Amino acid sequence: MLAYVVRRALYAIPILVGVNLITFFLFFVVNTPDDMARMHLGMKRVTPDAIEKWKAERGYDRPLLYNAQADGSDRLTATIFFDKSVRLFGFDFGSSDAGRNIGADIKQRMWPSLAIALPQFLVGLLVYVSFAMLLAFFRGSYLDVSGVVLCVVLMSISGLFYIIAGQYVFSKLLHLFPVSGYEPGWLAWRFILLPVVIGVIAGLGSSGRVYRTFFLEEIGKDYVRTARAKGVPETRLLFRHVLKNAMVPILTGVVVVIPTLFMGSLIMESFFGIPGLGSYTIEAIQNQDFAIVRAMVFLGSVLYILGLLLTDISYTLVDPRIRLS
Amino acid sequence: MIQPVILWTDALVFLLVVVVLVFALYARNKEHLRAPWRQVVRSRMAVASLVVLSAYTVTGLLDSIHFRTALPETAGQREIQYSGEVLSVLDTLLGPVRTQVEKSYSAPFATHLYTRESVTTGEGETVRIFPRLQFGGAHLADPAHKGADIAARSAIAAAQAVSATAALYLLAGVMLARRRRRPLFAMLGQLARGETEIPWRTALLAVLLIALLVALLANLSAAYHVLGTDKVGQDVLYQSIKSIRTGLVIGTLTTLVMLPFAVFLGMMAGYFRGWVDDVIQYLYTTLNSIPGVLLIAAAVLMMQVYMANHPELFETMAERADLRLLFLCLILGVTSWTGLCRLLRGETLKLRELDYVQAATAFGVSRATILVRHLLPNLLHLVLIAVVIDFSGLVLAEAVLSYVGVGVDPTTLSWGNMINGARLEMAREPMVWWSLLAAFTFMFTLVLAANLFSDAVRDAFDPRLRR
Amino acid sequence: MTQPLLDVTDLRVRIGAGDRGIRPVDGVSFHIRRGETFALLGESGCGKSMTALSLLRLLPQPAGRITGGSVKLDGEELMALPETGMRSIRGGRIAMIFQEPMTSLNPVMTVGAQIEESLQQHQGLRGAVARQRVLELLDAVGIPDAERRYGEYPHQLSGGMKQRIMIAIALAGDPDLLIADEPTTALDVTIQAQVLELIKQLQRERGMAVLLITHDLGVVSGMADHVAVMYAGQIVEQAPRDAFFAQPRHPYSRMLFSALPDSSKREERLAVIPGTVPALNQTFQGCRFAGRCDRGWAHCERAVPEWFETGSETGVRCHLADPQISAPGSRAEEADRATGQRVYGEAGAVRTELLQVDGLKVFFPIHKGFFKRVVGHVRAVDDVSISIPRGQTLALVGESGCGKTTAGKAILQLLEATAGKVQFEGVELTALRGEALRSRRRDFQIIFQDPFSSMNPRMSVGDIIEEGMTAQRIGGAAPQRRQRVQQLLEQVGLRPEHAHRYPHEFSGGQRQRICIARALAVNPKLIVCDEPTSALDVSVQAQILNLLQDLQSELGLSYLFITHDLSVVSYLADRVAVMYLGRIVEEGEVHEVLDSPRHPYTEALLSAVPSIDAGGETTVIRLEGDLPSPSSPPAGCHFHPRCPRAVAECTRSYPQRTDLSATHQVRCHLYPG
Repeated sequence: MLAYVVRRALYAIPILVGVNLITFFLFFVVNTPDDMARMHLGMKRVTPDAIEKWKAERGYDRPLLYNAQADGSDRLTATIFFDKSVRLFGFDFGSSDAGRNIGADIKQRMWPSLAIALPQFLVGLLVYVSFAMLLAFFRGSYLDVSGVVLCVVLMSISGLFYIIAGQYVFSKLLHLFPVSGYEPGWLAWRFILLPVVIGVIAGLGSSGRVYRTFFLEEIGKDYVRTARAKGVPETRLLFRHVLKNAMVPILTGVVVVIPTLFMGSLIMESFFGIPGLGSYTIEAIQNQDFAIVRAMVFLGSVLYILGLLLTDISYTLVDPRIRLS
Repeated sequence: MIQPVILWTDALVFLLVVVVLVFALYARNKEHLRAPWRQVVRSRMAVASLVVLSAYTVTGLLDSIHFRTALPETAGQREIQYSGEVLSVLDTLLGPVRTQVEKSYSAPFATHLYTRESVTTGEGETVRIFPRLQFGGAHLADPAHKGADIAARSAIAAAQAVSATAALYLLAGVMLARRRRRPLFAMLGQLARGETEIPWRTALLAVLLIALLVALLANLSAAYHVLGTDKVGQDVLYQSIKSIRTGLVIGTLTTLVMLPFAVFLGMMAGYFRGWVDDVIQYLYTTLNSIPGVLLIAAAVLMMQVYMANHPELFETMAERADLRLLFLCLILGVTSWTGLCRLLRGETLKLRELDYVQAATAFGVSRATILVRHLLPNLLHLVLIAVVIDFSGLVLAEAVLSYVGVGVDPTTLSWGNMINGARLEMAREPMVWWSLLAAFTFMFTLVLAANLFSDAVRDAFDPRLRR
Repeated sequence: MTQPLLDVTDLRVRIGAGDRGIRPVDGVSFHIRRGETFALLGESGCGKSMTALSLLRLLPQPAGRITGGSVKLDGEELMALPETGMRSIRGGRIAMIFQEPMTSLNPVMTVGAQIEESLQQHQGLRGAVARQRVLELLDAVGIPDAERRYGEYPHQLSGGMKQRIMIAIALAGDPDLLIADEPTTALDVTIQAQVLELIKQLQRERGMAVLLITHDLGVVSGMADHVAVMYAGQIVEQAPRDAFFAQPRHPYSRMLFSALPDSSKREERLAVIPGTVPALNQTFQGCRFAGRCDRGWAHCERAVPEWFETGSETGVRCHLADPQISAPGSRAEEADRATGQRVYGEAGAVRTELLQVDGLKVFFPIHKGFFKRVVGHVRAVDDVSISIPRGQTLALVGESGCGKTTAGKAILQLLEATAGKVQFEGVELTALRGEALRSRRRDFQIIFQDPFSSMNPRMSVGDIIEEGMTAQRIGGAAPQRRQRVQQLLEQVGLRPEHAHRYPHEFSGGQRQRICIARALAVNPKLIVCDEPTSALDVSVQAQILNLLQDLQSELGLSYLFITHDLSVVSYLADRVAVMYLGRIVEEGEVHEVLDSPRHPYTEALLSAVPSIDAGGETTVIRLEGDLPSPSSPPAGCHFHPRCPRAVAECTRSYPQRTDLSATHQVRCHLYPG
């Protein structure tokens, strides 16, 4: 088990190197730092001095890969590549183009993100699985058919609509919740509840439908017939036999996102004014703060790989056929 | 005089049309390809959604034939000057809807502006009133007659739609009667009772519905802003219709771009295994590990910087916006091929062990032939299912990306841009709701139709569900 | 007469609706007495499994439903019971075991829990008492080390063990009737013998009745007290076992017997039942078997035959049994032609070896650990040497997992051999590469077991057959090739116009014919037949075996016939090689090996085959346990842990080859050289 985890962790290194190379290419090769400086300072009438100053302030004035002017190991380390890309491996995110410490920002902003994303994830999973089980239990009935139709309709609606309509109905019309904002501590629930409810409803269509097919697939299998042949009642069949088997494919899609919950949801946080990592990212995108975007790409990849590892481990918990070696 | 303009996405859209037609011709003689399609068109749901999708597609195609009109000649001019504005056939068809621009917001079917304006009356007094619209309901002497006018126009529209559908019904009857060698009246009766194998009745009903809608819009939009106007007074209906092309392009071209990668790499990885497999798996795991929105955001941001620094590359605004749209498709393609690639790799791994592949090897059939003749045709259904399923997701994704600010060019009309522009208007008192609702409705109809259609396609093609 | 335990009257089942709906069970009546074994015999698709499932009202939902009839258990009408009442019947009064032990157990529950569930349901046992009872049951079904197995998951058990677990689950409710639906079809012969013996023993101990559903006459002969033959949704004949085996009355039953291959029919063609089972979505005007019957006459097409009681609990559904009708005489001449002399003559006096395999080894590396180091090998084929002369057949016999298929594929160069020589007409195949190997491939072809996966479903039959010619650039131009395709189709008993159809339009037997045509297209000299008939019904199997025989005598083909079925071997092969765990343990002429087997494994294999002649009186040599893993074969002789005659030496060294005669070799310490 431990050996497996170590091996997977080692496997993550080349992937992160790849991610780093891709971002480095995107951010420094497609456009030179000069281009970016010009972009930030306004396109017209930018003096070369202003560009140099902008670059120097943010450490973009070094050579990309190899510093011929430096000595010794500095030839490799006093470069943009080392400074901006390699340092990420030590989770040293540097400072944003606006001069803030990204690492500190992340530490501070991941908690509000998690406060929304984690309940949404857990409640969602519970709701989707129960909903799918309900449909599977009444398979073929009108309840099932209308449930599937509901799913297709729900998944055809844009996610933005749920948020806008939810805010309108619950906040503006009914005044049940504040439209947006956040408050740390226990009082946060007033701000959390609406995004969570909306997030869960928005995902019901696609997840509910997919999970239903997982259940139906399991119900069609031979072992279910065996269980029926020994007189097991339908409800027990569903809960004891089918549920655990259906959890295997459900986990494949679900566990991988657990670590990325820290990253929050871009759209949700921005609409509800949650000061989390999602809105942090979206602000960075809108302000064209590339340093933050780079940091978030790296962080996202790390968390995703962590999610893959968790997925593998979770398999061994639900499926005795899989043993890590 | 007009000068045709072929934008990049136009060319690709028509390439896609050609590909689809060629495939249809190829499939005509292949029973295993025809049979599932026959099953698809037997489903009433699929036929109805196919009619809706066709309506969208026709709109999108009309909007993909672009040209520039000549500017009026000025004295001493030697060659014709063309306008910088690129129009499409759809623009000319929409005519007044495009050109009748008001000052600012107006509600659907309004005759007056939504906002007060200071107007100096004849007596020199300045009052704040809701002024009459320049175009919307301008033909009415008294706005109070609006209801009757709308009713009259609707009645005409209904008559047009019903007669058009009736004509189609007769035509279908004649054609089916001839093909089946049955008397026309019997055939018409059969059609009306819905007793044909392909649910023609459902198709005709869907056509009737769409014809009704088109006729209503055509009759009413000449005199009213049926869906209101936005902040700068542009007709919301026009925006919604123009957004169709954007949605379709993103939904289809993205797939067109990513398919070759996904199919080629997936098959390579599964068939050759070993280091080829390792490299390809590494490639897609790496790409997959970057959160999709962030990768798109990063790429689009970089493209923006590049475009801003190289304005000389684009002759017109339309070209610039178009290239940005194409680039968005490329980026979306790069981020979305991994799923299909992984699926095809797994399936190829399974297929290559099957006896018929072994048998081909035993005949000394070359690897390339095995890939093309034995593996590819047995993977096509997965590709097709992936394409139709991805479509609706991509249409929805456009809205989100435009909201984040990494979607299509702000000058491109798209549902995402409409929503993005209109969302702050929700906070206005009184609220401006029509832009949002129009965008969501148009998008919802397309996505719902696509989802229902993809369901039918999956049922017909997925061998696991068959039998 | 006492009341029967189970009384089924006029049972009818319908699957699906509309024109495509079928009636797999169409008026089935029978009864089972306490403690007896009632065998329901029939080929695939005859409705026997549907009958069994409908007794427990377990038809696949929502497509299937019972449309009529009554099922009485001890006089209680099961069809009238509410669903909750049915639950106490299922597993409590009537238990059922299924064909596929691999998929019939819940993969994520321990076997203990799965047995316990049944105890809890029907006996209300929980906790330590239940656990104790589970251990007893595991013991009763012959699972060693029950304590450990209790907490294990199904994937940790072999197929035979899983079927034992299924039986334990069935026994947990202490049922009066056990329905066994093809309980041993998925198992190897030696394991089959174990499981059948277990069922028999449990039945004796508990006085349970058994409804045995099977396609295998041999199994029926060894197990049943009473036999019913099903055909196309109806029971066509019913009789006590002895009467049935002494004199089957329905033409279908009779033809089933004569289609069975065995050594006594070696010199003749097997009787075949022409055609296939009729589609069950139609309304029948006449006898369902009329089209395929060798005794039918015009009347059979016109009138549906009634059920004629010919004795107590004996009856037949055939116009021949109708005392009111005088049937025309049997078509003796035709029957003679059908079973006439086999055209195949003796092999030529000069033996020339076509294929010579020497010391063939195929090892698959096992990767493990940090950098996927190779930590061991699966020794799938471990030092196999065989030779096949021109125009002759060598049968490679063994249970699943013994490496026989791997050996076949390695000989054809479809898998890379780890070591050893494969000489074909004196040419070393393992040394050939690229074009040289590619053009050689026309000389040796393969026919696969599964007729459903052996043809590309997206290609027409014509294209499939033509592919080899195109790849080998033989057969001339396109029109000539197409002509050759049509000729090949006729040669294998199909029609030329079939070339335009697609594989899914054909039945299993027809597909196998297409596969044979495909192999013949390149004029091969050797065909490796990898279990070509194991997926087919007996009557169809006979057709394919006859075809293979004819082609051999016509074209002088050599066959490497890979099979687990010894009865086919005795019918078809010239020489036999018996494989166990990657090695050949005995080899010889077919009469030598089958008539006087020397290796204990061969003896056990032969005795485990259920035979219809012996009447269930032979003593089966029972092999303990399962086939060990080829990744860690037992030290010494691989067979010694299961060998009933093992001596001390067996644990120490692998036996050398001993020549018993010029043609008969064995590798066993009992026969020191």
